[in-house]
Amino acid sequence: MTRITDLPDTGHVLPGNRACAGCPLGIALRRITAALDGRMVLVNPASCLTVLGGMYPISSLAIPWVNCAFPSTAATASGIAAGLRATGRADEMTVVAMAGDGGTADIGIQALSGAAERNEDFIYICYDNEAYMNTGTQRSGSTPHGARTTTTWSGKRENPKDVLAIVEAHDVGYVASASAVFPEDLHDKIVAANGRAGLRYVHMNLPCPSGWGFDPKDSVRYGRLAVDAGLVALYEVADGVFRLTGRSAALAKSGLKASVAEYMAGQSRFRGVSEETIAEVQEWVDDRWSGLVARHEAGV
Amino acid sequence: MRTMTTTVMTGNEAAATAAKLARVQVVAAYPITPQSPVVETISAWVESGELPAEFVAVESEHSALSVCIGASTVGARAFTATSANGLAYMTEQVWWAAGARLPIVMCIANRAMAAPWNVLNDQQDSMSVRDAGWVQLYCRDNSEILDTTVQAFRIAEECDLPVMVCYDGFLLSHTMMPVDVPDAATVDAFLPPRPAPLQVVDPADPRNVGPVVMAAPRADADGEPHGGYFEIRADHQRALLAAAEAVERANADWAAATGRDWGGLTWDYRLDDADIVLVAAGSLATQLTVAADELRDARIAAGVLGIRCYRPFPADEIAARLAGRALAIVFDKAMSYGYEGPIAGDIKTALFGREEAPRVHGVVCGLGGRDVPVSELVDAVRRAMATPTAGAPAAPSAAIDAASTEWLGLAEKSVS
Repeated sequence: MTRITDLPDTGHVLPGNRACAGCPLGIALRRITAALDGRMVLVNPASCLTVLGGMYPISSLAIPWVNCAFPSTAATASGIAAGLRATGRADEMTVVAMAGDGGTADIGIQALSGAAERNEDFIYICYDNEAYMNTGTQRSGSTPHGARTTTTWSGKRENPKDVLAIVEAHDVGYVASASAVFPEDLHDKIVAANGRAGLRYVHMNLPCPSGWGFDPKDSVRYGRLAVDAGLVALYEVADGVFRLTGRSAALAKSGLKASVAEYMAGQSRFRGVSEETIAEVQEWVDDRWSGLVARHEAGV
Repeated sequence: MRTMTTTVMTGNEAAATAAKLARVQVVAAYPITPQSPVVETISAWVESGELPAEFVAVESEHSALSVCIGASTVGARAFTATSANGLAYMTEQVWWAAGARLPIVMCIANRAMAAPWNVLNDQQDSMSVRDAGWVQLYCRDNSEILDTTVQAFRIAEECDLPVMVCYDGFLLSHTMMPVDVPDAATVDAFLPPRPAPLQVVDPADPRNVGPVVMAAPRADADGEPHGGYFEIRADHQRALLAAAEAVERANADWAAATGRDWGGLTWDYRLDDADIVLVAAGSLATQLTVAADELRDARIAAGVLGIRCYRPFPADEIAARLAGRALAIVFDKAMSYGYEGPIAGDIKTALFGREEAPRVHGVVCGLGGRDVPVSELVDAVRRAMATPTAGAPAAPSAAIDAASTEWLGLAEKSVS
């Protein structure tokens, strides 16, 4: 793994942006743009990232950026990739689609499924802050069980959709899960994704101070806790070879997983969550985690 | 040497042939009746290598236009085609393509909107997106479909606007007609490669294309003011109005190159001395020429005004051609439900306050592929002539009711 002291800084993320205080999207963007050395075009639907980008005529990123309609991310990226091939410019830049969990798991999943089935040539990054944060914290298909949102006032009753498994089922060459607060792991995955063709999917957890309800200084803390508790497992499946990576690989070895209760404590979205719900989520996480550890050990 | 070959083909084949002659670079496709043969034909050419283009077989119409939007943003010449519910499904992107000023060309094989299901022809689909900011051209036969689709690329790329080429489903899309196919050299001379796009997508010159824009002007990092959403929309309107000239020029240059003149914005038939003017867009207007002949045989001075370019709406040209006539009867194959036929409404607006404006009587017909026999068109004209209040401003404008617009051939018992 690349060490944190060796991570490149290419300056493509300009100082100052319109994201909320404590939003780790800036950390992730620095890693993504640097891993690709800015030779990319960002394709982005309505989302928190749009807000981070700033308002015309000012942009917070020094990379080509194409905004697109909410459901259309993967299709617009397909078109950009096809257009670059057709005009002989495919080697000039990597097409990177980047949408939130609502834009991916919900309204964008049809276009994503189509692009994955066609094995379109771009990297798709879902940054998952586990609700529609840009519109005021409404539940998404990726909101965890028990979380209060402005459309689940007493806590969501369902578990989140496993978009990684959905995309993997399309038999694409590379899928990975990552977290914005594990920059070395994220860097390596973007580099790995960029080293191959076809549709590459990275599902990136992104703690959200305002939507999850914690102090902006604690974004990294909750991002790490999510991984330590096994709610977010860092892994990749490259050409069918499965492996846990970074912190999750270490966790599989040590077995010292944090508890769901510990993760939920201190996030106001889980305030008042019942013991029963915590137990249900813990069971769901344990099941999922043991399945991922088994895949890690089997390597497939 | 330039050659022209006459081939018998369907309207859909004419559209596909035009896209090939235009050397499209990216084609996105999703099947819907009656458009499907357009993209089936193109996919076969791409697979055989006859057309060196990217063919993206997407999972929905929304994605079809999204692919064109992406491809066009990075400078490729992009094409798609659809009908009815497919067009409705991509409506969000119809607006996006226009607002982003992308010169995409899309053929519409006009079909009725569901519900209830109906795959046959009317023009409700494209009429429903007339306000989205595209150039809309309507064709009357298969040769015009081919010629107009080629012209559409030049209009689009000159004006940085998307263009819809509309032709009647089945009546033209699936009907075989002789079509004069120009050779590649003729088209290449008429249609140069796509010029550099407005949008810059280049890591060496990074820009944010289509970000959030405030309503009011705003300064950039150097303090230089840039227009807000309101100014951008006003620019769009100016570009669309200016596109009328590009439509006329494309038609004139094409006529010079091929000898085929379809009229720029409108066309007419036996109009010069006509008191009664029959107005429509598409193949319905062709049928009106037959009705006009019958009326002329009966010593009724009828003529036809065909609308080729519906957006931008050639209000001045239409008003000038209708000035001094007694009666204009507008035949719409669509409705603005709760009001009247869209073309009828637009023509009334165009005539408002003008000297020598005729009465304008609206007739809606052919919805869901309802047969429109020439005899019924002739009868509708005779009825309107026999009714002094038909289309008179005083009568229907005060209260729009079911009688203001005539539903041609409507069964007495209209139960559902």
